[in-house]
Amino acid sequence: MAQRKAVRWHIPVFLAPAVLVYTAIMIIPLFGTLNLSLFNLDETKTRVFVGLANFATLFGDPRWSQSFWNALANNAWFFVVHMLVQNPIGILLAALLSSPRLRMAAFYRTAIFIPTILSFVIVGFVWKLILSPIWGIAPGLLDMVGLKSLFAPWLGKEEYALTTLALISVWQFVGIPMMLIYAALLSIPDEVIEAAEMDGVTGWSQFWKIKLPLILPSIGIISILTFVGNFNAFDLIYVSQGALAGPNFATDILGTFLYRTFFGFQLQLGDPHMGATIATAMFVIILVGVCFYLFAIQTRLRRYQF
Amino acid sequence: MKTTLRFALLASTLLAGAAQAEDVTLTIESWRNDDLAIWQEKLIPAFEAANPGIKIVFAPTAPAEYNAVLNSKLDAGSAGDLITCRPFDASLELYNKGQLADLSGLASMANFSDVAKSAWQTDDGAATFCVPMASVIHGFIYNADAFAQLGIEVPKTEAEFFAALDKIKADGTYIPMAMGTNDQWEAATMGYNNVGPNYWKGEEGRKSLIAGTQKLTDEAWVAPFRQLAKWKDYLGDGFEAQTYPDSQNLFTLGRAAIYPAGSWEISGFNTQAGFKMGAFAPPVAAEGDTCYISDHTDIALGMNAKSAHPEETKKFLEWVGSADFATLYANALPGFFSLNSTPVAMEDPLAQEFVSWRDKCQSTIRSTYQILSRGTPNLENETWNASANVIKGTETPEAAAQRLQDGLASWYEPQKAK
Repeated sequence: MAQRKAVRWHIPVFLAPAVLVYTAIMIIPLFGTLNLSLFNLDETKTRVFVGLANFATLFGDPRWSQSFWNALANNAWFFVVHMLVQNPIGILLAALLSSPRLRMAAFYRTAIFIPTILSFVIVGFVWKLILSPIWGIAPGLLDMVGLKSLFAPWLGKEEYALTTLALISVWQFVGIPMMLIYAALLSIPDEVIEAAEMDGVTGWSQFWKIKLPLILPSIGIISILTFVGNFNAFDLIYVSQGALAGPNFATDILGTFLYRTFFGFQLQLGDPHMGATIATAMFVIILVGVCFYLFAIQTRLRRYQF
Repeated sequence: MKTTLRFALLASTLLAGAAQAEDVTLTIESWRNDDLAIWQEKLIPAFEAANPGIKIVFAPTAPAEYNAVLNSKLDAGSAGDLITCRPFDASLELYNKGQLADLSGLASMANFSDVAKSAWQTDDGAATFCVPMASVIHGFIYNADAFAQLGIEVPKTEAEFFAALDKIKADGTYIPMAMGTNDQWEAATMGYNNVGPNYWKGEEGRKSLIAGTQKLTDEAWVAPFRQLAKWKDYLGDGFEAQTYPDSQNLFTLGRAAIYPAGSWEISGFNTQAGFKMGAFAPPVAAEGDTCYISDHTDIALGMNAKSAHPEETKKFLEWVGSADFATLYANALPGFFSLNSTPVAMEDPLAQEFVSWRDKCQSTIRSTYQILSRGTPNLENETWNASANVIKGTETPEAAAQRLQDGLASWYEPQKAK
């Protein structure tokens, strides 16, 4: 302790811009929202502290809780469809793309990734037109292969609407898991692959036994990105079904429920306090999900790494 | 460094000075993005020609987003000087929050009847905060060529109405009725509140509901749902996913024969449709019954209480309340019927047909708008969902009515279980 360490000013200086901007536009509003959820208006329309009463309304009042659980269940299904369809397809596409014998890989990679950079508004509108029972090409295409009887106004039926929208979202975002897995596959050292070939492990068994364990951390990251993305989703549903998330709230997810409550809709006036309560519930759900991943799954994944 | 700063200061001072010498610009917030051309080409030039020094900008937002966007803008202090007012509570709330100015003192307020002003007054009628512009009338627009071709008379009674629909369906050339349930609001606005007043006897039923002497489960309020349930068979294939623009296009392309309408469609249909159109009021139960129509006070113009130019804004509002504006507006936008007491001559035959029902029938406004949509769950929004469900057949008329009644009774004192 003879020599005092010089204060390393460059660290705070270089950190400052990011910390300040992030605090101003993320941390402060986040705590503002959490705080707002503890207040509500009394009879005289003045804002008073109500503790957890808003949460009691959200989970206790049959109407609020019914809407909330409906939105949460829909959201869970939205996530399940992404996990079961988007991510396996993404991995499959990445595996195909990384095959050295595939020609025009760059073209496919670009073509599959393009929908990801499209605006939600365009995607929602285009798919609504494609699936439209009146002007859409979907009924015509099905007719051409003699399957017209399979066509239904999917976006208008309670039983199909949410799954249809989830698949549209999958179509849009399948490029992201594909790219991440593709990058992970390319980073596998050639020695490992060569050693596997020497041992006679080739083709699909090579994929299952050698490559898949090595890309598991990437799959974990993709799962958590999908989870956060899905539970924050809003745009696609709002663009294609409106804030009432029809038919009969069958496509209502937490994002649209929050929007309707916070900003109001048509004759319904906005209620920032209940809106903040829903936002807080969403924050907690996502936080719990991310923590579960970080502590229960991420720690185990490390064993597979070199 | 110092000189640059000095120059910047100098430049900004000069620019600010220049801006002050310029004309006063007033901005209108509105949800009527369909009317942009009419405001820019007809209404605004007429005002600016008579009032040099005031410039008007019409800045509409999409109808479904208007309320949310406007509320956020008003809270943030970035809203325009003139605010287009939704009827009843949405605007009343803005007035109570001090965001809309009290306009009771405007001279042109004398041009409007109490009924016309009622949608933009405090409950006691002491303050009026928006200048009424127009009401819209509900009914059915039909393809006159199709009716002539199939030999169908314009229906007056419900039996004739369904006979006509059956005939169109049997023929197969046209979809009998153009409506979808995807966007939900048409089912409530052009369905329930269109045919409903004949059952609940207009104002009589509406006021009884507010007073709590009638319930939504009473026959008069369930019967409109029963009629809607019958509409299902006459809508086009895949109507569940049919949107509002889809329905408009189906009708104007001549593929559908009848369109449950609001009079606001008239100007759009006139430019789009290549065939003759007619209109009929919601059919009554039996020949000779009194007919009731929904003549809904829909649109008004108010002043942002925080406007930087209150004098100029008031000047504009005086003009909006004048007979000159009423004539210009009603003719530029046939289907938006002036609320001004001075009679307005309209040239459009379809608009004349709609407005002629005011003499034959009793007028009322939409049942859910006054007071009854103040709480949560919101009756108007619930009615959208219930009407769409009833048309699709996923909820029975009785179950839908019961659900609405339960929702209303959960917060509205006069309706609470007795």
